[in-house]
Amino acid sequence: MKAAPFKYVLAQSLEHCLELLGEHGEDARLLAGGQSLMPSLALRLSAPALLIDINRVQEISEPPQSTPDVIRLSALTRHADLITSPTVKASLPLLHRAAPWIAHPGIRNRGTIGGSLALGDPASELPACAVAAGATFILQSKSRGARRVPARTFYQGMFRNACAADEMIVAVEFARMDTLQTGFKEVARRKGDYAMVGLAGQAKRSGQRLTNVGLSFFAVGDYPVLAEPICQAIEAADSASQAIAMALDVYERDMQVSADLWCSSQAKKYIGRSVLEDVIHDLYQ
Amino acid sequence: MTFISDQQPDTGLNIKLQVNGQPVHAQVSVRQHLGDFLRESQGFKGTHIGCEHGVCGACTVQVDGRAVRSCLTLAVQADAAQVFTIEGLSDDPVVRALQDSFVRCHAMQCGFCTAGMLLTAAELLQAQLEPSRDEVREYLSGNYCRCTGYESIVNAVMDAAQTLREARGE
Repeated sequence: MKAAPFKYVLAQSLEHCLELLGEHGEDARLLAGGQSLMPSLALRLSAPALLIDINRVQEISEPPQSTPDVIRLSALTRHADLITSPTVKASLPLLHRAAPWIAHPGIRNRGTIGGSLALGDPASELPACAVAAGATFILQSKSRGARRVPARTFYQGMFRNACAADEMIVAVEFARMDTLQTGFKEVARRKGDYAMVGLAGQAKRSGQRLTNVGLSFFAVGDYPVLAEPICQAIEAADSASQAIAMALDVYERDMQVSADLWCSSQAKKYIGRSVLEDVIHDLYQ
Repeated sequence: MTFISDQQPDTGLNIKLQVNGQPVHAQVSVRQHLGDFLRESQGFKGTHIGCEHGVCGACTVQVDGRAVRSCLTLAVQADAAQVFTIEGLSDDPVVRALQDSFVRCHAMQCGFCTAGMLLTAAELLQAQLEPSRDEVREYLSGNYCRCTGYESIVNAVMDAAQTLREARGE
């Protein structure tokens, strides 16, 4: 359980980091919280030639920033900060609600939002939250500067995404929404284990109708996707019970669920029903 | 300080940190994790290495005031940090109370997971002294006890919380 040899550089600044990424590309890995990368090194599932430690890069260590339009989280925002930050609690209720489900306290103290979003583990919470909330990722490289990629198009396959080898996620932005309702549910064998099925959702509520519904399942496929037909079914309903009935109908008919090593697709699909029902209840709270 | 291990991947780098309140200067291989550094080079064998990929929580130590898995942190990353292992925390009132309660409630059992349990539970009790049993279980969910003695461990944390509340005059 020891990592294969690698070279190590402590990045001094964002510029330094992007320079190194530009030079080494796929031979390099960014070391942020290390809560997924370090296990993968220990198990020798990956053996990069170079580790670029970004933990002391000031530009990506800013506290959550709030403007009239968006809330911006720097890449090095730790999962534990999502629980304790007053800005996140007030303006990003979905992340605040999802964060306690991420692994365990010792992991949340180190793990970062940028790392979790960039890795895009199919069973992880934050990528699904970003997709559900319609977040925007800010990617940056030395040669092409910064660009903005919507979370909903960022993920492209199992551990595949729009981030090029010389690029990194420097921040993530969420549109500010008033009267935001959120729902989050995850089923795992043990609290903090990889989800068997999970669902992140948010919506705006006016009376008995929900609009701007964003729902994203996780641990049911290669990467988190917006469950669009289900969102539309919920938006067409005018009560919680109708929304649940219509959403479950679409779910039963259309939702594709893949098995993993521990849970069959039939079991996941069965669990997903009650998860969906609970989340819609939450959206109507 | 700039760290670049350029020629040989296993080149040692110099780090300066505080371990259990004492200044430490050391040269470490860049791929050595903090747990191995603390045990092998510093002799703090209270930190137990279990799974070495972040699952079991036995290697939990405190870095800059937060409980972290020492197997998922490189020793070079602890440069300039304040690191505490169980050896350096037995005088801390919360850890002391937990240790006494672990003895009283027979929560130690084989002892392998104990240091990690104590440091994780201490973080919980530092944040709040009135946790429910469910909150204790949830906070400790990332620490495995292979004796499966969770019931007495939760008893001990509840007992320590009560002791600390009484000491605070409640």
